[in-house]
Amino acid sequence: METTTNKNETFQNLLQTLVETPGPSGSEHLIRQKIEQEVREFADEIYTDALGNLIVRKDSKGEGGKRVMVSAHVDEIGLMVTHIDDNGFARFIMIGGVSPYTCLGGRVLFMNGTQGVIGLERLDKDEKPSLEKMFIDTGATSKEDCKISVGDVCGFERPFLDLGKRLVAKSMDDRVAVAVAIEALKRIEITPNEIFFVFSVQEEVGIRGAITAAYGVDPEVGIAVDVTRTGDTPKSNKMEVALGKGPAIKVRDSSFIADPKVVNWMVREAKEQGMPYQMEVLEAGGTDGAAIQRTRAGVPAGCLSIPCRYIHSPSEMVDREDLEHSVSLLSALLSKGIQL
Amino acid sequence: MTEKMEISAKFDPQFGEQELDLLNRLSNALAVSGDEQEVRAIVYEELKEFEDNMHTDAMGNVLVTRKGSDPERIRVMIAAHMDEVGLMLFKEDGDGLFEFKVIGGVDPRQLVGKPVIIGRDHVPGVIGAKAIHLTTKEEREQVLKVESLRVDVGLGGSKLVNIGDRATFATSLAVLGPSLRGKALDDRLGVFNLIQLLKNAPENIDLLAAFTVQEELGLRGAKVAAYHFNPDIGLAMDSTPANDMPDFDGEPVSSYNTKLDGGPAIYLMDGATIGDHRLVKWLTETADAEGIPWQYRQPGKGGTDAGSIHKTRSGVPSVSVSVPQRYLHSAAGMVRIADELNTLKLMHAALSRLDKTIINPQERN
Repeated sequence: METTTNKNETFQNLLQTLVETPGPSGSEHLIRQKIEQEVREFADEIYTDALGNLIVRKDSKGEGGKRVMVSAHVDEIGLMVTHIDDNGFARFIMIGGVSPYTCLGGRVLFMNGTQGVIGLERLDKDEKPSLEKMFIDTGATSKEDCKISVGDVCGFERPFLDLGKRLVAKSMDDRVAVAVAIEALKRIEITPNEIFFVFSVQEEVGIRGAITAAYGVDPEVGIAVDVTRTGDTPKSNKMEVALGKGPAIKVRDSSFIADPKVVNWMVREAKEQGMPYQMEVLEAGGTDGAAIQRTRAGVPAGCLSIPCRYIHSPSEMVDREDLEHSVSLLSALLSKGIQL
Repeated sequence: MTEKMEISAKFDPQFGEQELDLLNRLSNALAVSGDEQEVRAIVYEELKEFEDNMHTDAMGNVLVTRKGSDPERIRVMIAAHMDEVGLMLFKEDGDGLFEFKVIGGVDPRQLVGKPVIIGRDHVPGVIGAKAIHLTTKEEREQVLKVESLRVDVGLGGSKLVNIGDRATFATSLAVLGPSLRGKALDDRLGVFNLIQLLKNAPENIDLLAAFTVQEELGLRGAKVAAYHFNPDIGLAMDSTPANDMPDFDGEPVSSYNTKLDGGPAIYLMDGATIGDHRLVKWLTETADAEGIPWQYRQPGKGGTDAGSIHKTRSGVPSVSVSVPQRYLHSAAGMVRIADELNTLKLMHAALSRLDKTIINPQERN
């Protein structure tokens, strides 16, 4: 039991380190370094491609094995400065899908270490808040005094919370999947497969990194690991995914239809492992799976989803057991010969 | 990066009669997305010296390779799109009137009352609307929808045009002191600049020039052009809006995008691309070293051919540089000649000091 506890603690520490490292799309250098340090001793080859994807190869193709690409994106949503006014207030646009509602009262951390808070102009009666009416206040008293400039990038800042069964942080999307992929990489002992763990960039701005990574890796099978929405909160959207009911096996989202052969393979393995799982039909949203599926002459691809509440808010919530089951499912899938 | 400044010092672009003549032909040409033949012909005419290293690909892109002599040279793709936004005749109503569709991002409010030219023969027409004498106050407050507008070619002219013909505004390039006014300067300025760069290319690079098609419909031509070239880095030369209007109510405009006279606009992020940090730095440092004015294009929406180039094959570090322009995608845009020349100067100086260390992974952000 003691080893399990230690393992869980290590995993949670890793997750906390990952979510607390800023890395909005296009500025993934810090998070990439963290991941590289973590995986180096488990990799047979590591390289960074032209767009900044970190590609980690484990093993070579053996008898009955396949070239598999596992993709978890390292970038997070964030903001980019567009203008600094004479009083030192910074205007911004979003990087990825940022809701004005979650910005209100928000705190941000720039890549250069500068911190700030988000303020809002006076709104007309019944006017909804919009990003155009907001600004970042870094405590500067003038333009000259401001430590940031046009083009500087920030992520949201919020402490990691351990709520017992549930964990809360900003950027669980998709650092929780990065942590799951790293943990699976560590656990795989013997495999006939040549596995490429891709820690992809620029997913939040249009699944861009996975497009070039998939072309370069040229896999025979692809699995994206990402978070998915749930339908288990008061008056939420109708959706048959809930926290604590196991990893979600994606059937479709608005970016792609998971290959049925891959879906069945994942279901078969979850049943064999006797672990809880749920089927995911997501109305809106996309993952790296879409890019893998359509690369070159086409690749059977699917997605292992981790149920997550409050996605794209600074307080994204996941279930501790779902994470453990996700790691088990992913490492089991990758450790054996793959029959689709 | 190497310090090959002496090469760039030799290149001092001017805007004389010859240049005005070329830009005049480019701007006045009709090349709405999907039918870029008129501009393609001008490009071929201007680049005769490269005919052995020039071809038109399956989509209509003109691809020119100009090899340098340096054995360690880097392969640089530069894209400038030949197409412009415009109209396509869709249905004949009789009496010389044609219903039309918009090709690319055209603001319907810009259409009413504009003279147009149609098809390869530039048949003249006009987008008419009911005369003010006959309209009600309510009608005058409405924006006329594209579906309710017609191109009128005059009854006899209707035999000279066909359904599917493309049309554009009947604007001729004009020099207004330090400025140029014309249509389709997005992106004929880029085409103009790419022609100049080919003729003055430095020896330390292979210049892979793509005069692209269908940019205005979703960066389509650049996608296959980049696949063909498989370059080390990619650049798009385009034009971007300048919304540099005077202060309003004591408040400076904070979303101006770019400003006229601010020099070439270097992209950090638009809707289609996050500019490679190393390339952004290379351009800004070159501009500073050469004393060329420059500005960031404010991070925002929109896209250039870089959006297609950077996602090609295993990825291509890419960035965009634009000439700032007021009234983009309308019958008449306005640019400063100085901004245009400074863009060309910056591009040439930057290319001249380029080598493979630019894509050093240690330097990436």
